[in-house]
Amino acid sequence: MRTCAESFNAYILRALGRDYGERLLPRNLDITFCDQVFLIGSGLIWTLYFAALAIFIGFFLAVAVAVAKFSENPWLSRPASTFIFVFRGSPLFIQFFFFYSAFVLLPRTGIEVPLGFTTLTVNTSALTTAQVGGLFVLVLNTTAYSAELFVGALRSIPKGDLEAADAYGLSGFTKFRRVVFPSMLRLAWPSYTNEAIFLTHSTTLVFLSAFPARQQSGEAFYYARYFVDQTFNPFVGYPIVAAYFILLTLAIIGLFGIANRRLNRHLPKAARQRLTFRPRYLR
Amino acid sequence: MFAFCIDPATLPQWQWFACYLTTPTHFAFYRSFLMVLLLLAITAPVALGMGLLGAMAVRSRIWPVSWLGKGYVNIVRGVPDIVFFMFVPIALGQGIEWVWHHIQCPDWDQPIRQGNDFIVCREAKIPGVNAPAWVRDVYAFGMAVIAFALVFGAFAANTLYGAMQAIPKAQIETAEAYGMTPAQTFRRIIMPQMWVYALPGLSNIWQILIKATPLLFLLGLQDAVYWARELGGQKTSLYTYPHPDWRVWYFLVLLCFYLFLTWISERSFARLNARLSRGQATAAGERMRKAAAA
Repeated sequence: MRTCAESFNAYILRALGRDYGERLLPRNLDITFCDQVFLIGSGLIWTLYFAALAIFIGFFLAVAVAVAKFSENPWLSRPASTFIFVFRGSPLFIQFFFFYSAFVLLPRTGIEVPLGFTTLTVNTSALTTAQVGGLFVLVLNTTAYSAELFVGALRSIPKGDLEAADAYGLSGFTKFRRVVFPSMLRLAWPSYTNEAIFLTHSTTLVFLSAFPARQQSGEAFYYARYFVDQTFNPFVGYPIVAAYFILLTLAIIGLFGIANRRLNRHLPKAARQRLTFRPRYLR
Repeated sequence: MFAFCIDPATLPQWQWFACYLTTPTHFAFYRSFLMVLLLLAITAPVALGMGLLGAMAVRSRIWPVSWLGKGYVNIVRGVPDIVFFMFVPIALGQGIEWVWHHIQCPDWDQPIRQGNDFIVCREAKIPGVNAPAWVRDVYAFGMAVIAFALVFGAFAANTLYGAMQAIPKAQIETAEAYGMTPAQTFRRIIMPQMWVYALPGLSNIWQILIKATPLLFLLGLQDAVYWARELGGQKTSLYTYPHPDWRVWYFLVLLCFYLFLTWISERSFARLNARLSRGQATAAGERMRKAAAA
């Protein structure tokens, strides 16, 4: 039996691959409580990787898609609406399967994209890994959900704000950057916080679907499931991963709450929106 | 299926597909779509019932009951739903076997958890050792329904609680002034009116429920995802219908099925909302009243 310190050293970075710590995962009767705590904890590395990158990239894409859907030009709004409908209307779980089976069909050597002055080689074999392909699907998914929230916020920007911007002679991108975007963000922020939480929760699906966990390096829930399969005892692994996720949820509420205060700082106290965690969207 | 399907290798294209798409395994694939619909049809009312109980518990004046309700709603919300879908069927299965074991074999002296095994006496196995396959399937399906109902019950409880709070206070005070007991107020004033406030939230939960159904696959049931993987995988010439890796097409069909399902429910909820708004003290109800009067 390992001591707690030994299993900390052996497994705390194990999720990065078999070169970081013990090569083999603990098996059968050799599993201690500390092993479970630290190995599931090391899985949080990938949980954070997927969640942080998907939210970060998805945010910028979502703003673009939302503006496109809200525009009066049908050539912009139609494709944006279709994109949002497809990704919000179908289960993320099926999206993972669909994209994985599509990525597998791409030629292994990569696709050459001629750009005129140079050729870009898209590394297609990377797309079949969870770290790239799975992230790709998560980004598209969160883009669609966040874009829908942002469109709702764009619709409810007070008319007076826009008229005031016109009166000051603001137009085009300056008007968007100084008036539309900050108001949109402020109005959408409470629901966007929920979206961030649910995206973090849905990272658990990456390794449950088609994407393989190379060298047994997966995210937190992958390891929880591994332990439950090994010990046939659901009362240890699952509560541990649940506790980690509750902590992550609280951390997100805290971080987004700071941003929320900053977005609302110009308003009188009574008019400020409080952040409450209300689940409305998940996949 | 068709008479000309005897030797598929020699068939022209369209006949080959006609035969291919009507093999017994394909019919199992089509039936699995019905299983999704069945799961939705059973889970939705059960979850709504759980939600109603949960919301009533949160509102309760007896504090242990309201704490229990709040605890249930908040824990389910803070944890990924998938953890519950995996945890509940195993935990509940072991729990039932544990209780049954103590009833059936009271003089069993060995511990139930031996290392990594969960051992109960032969009589306490559920489903029984000799149970036919369909009983096992129904049991697994029932466990899935319970897991879904627990998770979505918590979501529904949250929505229904908000809806109960949203009913104008004046109406409740009027009911009290007429001498109604709290139970009567709940039955006559709150229950009939809360649905219009709850509907947007409930329609969201329904959409979420639809999108959670493919997770049945993880519980080991032969659902649409299972068959899409089985049928779509590459088939060598050893098979009657050899084909390359077609999984992407099968998953595209699944994607379209779910898109259709969410699209049709969005439309139905819009209609239901219009129906429920009639005569209500909400903006939508007011607009309807004015349109009728004009």
